Amino acid sequence: MQQWFIDFAERIDDGDPIYLACEECGTTALPPRSVCPECGTRTFEERSLSETATVTASTTIFSSIPAYADETPYTVVVATFDEGVRLTGQLRDADSVEPGETVTVDAEERDDGWLVTFSPTG
Amino acid sequence: MTVQIAGVASTEFGEHPDSSTRELFTDAALEALEDASLSVHDIEELYAGNFIGDLTDDQAHVGAMLADYIGAREAASMRTESACASASSAARSGAQAIAAGDADVALVGGVEMMHASGLGEVTDALANAADNEYENEAGLTFPGIYALMAQAYMREFDADQEDLAAVAVKNYENGTTNPIAQRLEETDVENVLDSPPVATPLNLQDCCPITDGASAAVLVSAAYAEEHGLETTVSFEGSGQSSDSLALQDRPDLARTRAAERAADQAYDSAGISPDDVDVVELHDCFTIAEILAIESLGFFERGEGARGAVEGETAVDGRIPVNTSGGLLAKGHPVGATGVAQLVEITKQLEGRHPNQVDDPTVGLTHTVGGSGASCVVNVLRAGGE
Repeated sequence: MQQWFIDFAERIDDGDPIYLACEECGTTALPPRSVCPECGTRTFEERSLSETATVTASTTIFSSIPAYADETPYTVVVATFDEGVRLTGQLRDADSVEPGETVTVDAEERDDGWLVTFSPTG
Repeated sequence: MTVQIAGVASTEFGEHPDSSTRELFTDAALEALEDASLSVHDIEELYAGNFIGDLTDDQAHVGAMLADYIGAREAASMRTESACASASSAARSGAQAIAAGDADVALVGGVEMMHASGLGEVTDALANAADNEYENEAGLTFPGIYALMAQAYMREFDADQEDLAAVAVKNYENGTTNPIAQRLEETDVENVLDSPPVATPLNLQDCCPITDGASAAVLVSAAYAEEHGLETTVSFEGSGQSSDSLALQDRPDLARTRAAERAADQAYDSAGISPDDVDVVELHDCFTIAEILAIESLGFFERGEGARGAVEGETAVDGRIPVNTSGGLLAKGHPVGATGVAQLVEITKQLEGRHPNQVDDPTVGLTHTVGGSGASCVVNVLRAGGE
């Protein structure tokens, strides 16, 4: 696991998640991107990211890669933050979620790195 | 300078426990050369797709290895890798070398041996096409990624699992008459829906199998064909390739493959055609939803209309736009690093009028190959008519 992702996940775990916003055109992105894919400038600045997001899509995985083979079935969620960025993580505290539901982002430390998680809010 | 297809071949797709990456590729390459009436010593450039050999075989430097083992040690050789679109990149590179006047004879192809490793290891290796930190580390598999795309599509356009299943039913049926195909049994919608879940809403029969296979094609310049009296009947007419964000999460619309749209536009421009001119298509149906997204990206259906392609028979062998008459990746099989040239082999046979599921007198054929969840796409256009 790359150090930049460990740093990113630890900020989530600390309750202080971040994202990147282009000072030139406003496009939003996630680390470790340095060039804006929209305007091509290298003017991303770090900003504070919300801790809640909206479910865009989810899937329950029954056949997995070795690292998660003993944990099936589990659900992976892509959620969209108000700031515009999307993040992929595993669902916690529920068996399923519907698109449009609000979830809270968190991070778990595992033997081999960090895992982003989402839990239904309230 | 026009590029001609002088010979094509694919091995049988399925399990080859007694073969290996270098042996299986040799089988396809020598058969394609025989089909072209050329010898290995005529090859000036070799481009070969191979995606996960580093992991399954502990072997990189695959271009030189394949050149060595087919007996073309003097040729310029290179492995191309753009995940599951690796062999289409190989074909495109070979055609570009000839079109630029840098070579007269290029062997293009691909090979993948996927059965030698366990299912878990292969799934892990294939996941390398996704974003390791943002996707794989979250436990997202490739079926999982396409499942997310399927859910987004079904929700946006009110499609259902029956619509997805219709793609599998059509392609399985086509596969039953293709002698190289891996899956030789038909299925029906009920069977697809009853097959075990892999990543909801995709079931086992929505997913292509794990495949050993190799394919090869001999590309030559028109001048070389004429000079050497080669009877070529198909030309490599145009090509397009584009990229997109590596991770699905970075795309504004999960149910849309923009790299494919851009690659198709480029390919149509370079071949001087429009989607209406295409008579037969081999496209990247690694999962049922992928065929639906592809026929929209290629301009055969409006966005949101692709789900009715298989349901209403429009993509059948005798339909308005025949898609995956070979059985596609779903039934023919998907040796990932070979697929793009395997598609080219099938289209060449269609344009030569010798395909087991022959379309009525096709003139223009197209291949569409996707790497990852759509971060790479290559579209190649072939036309009947040679030297």
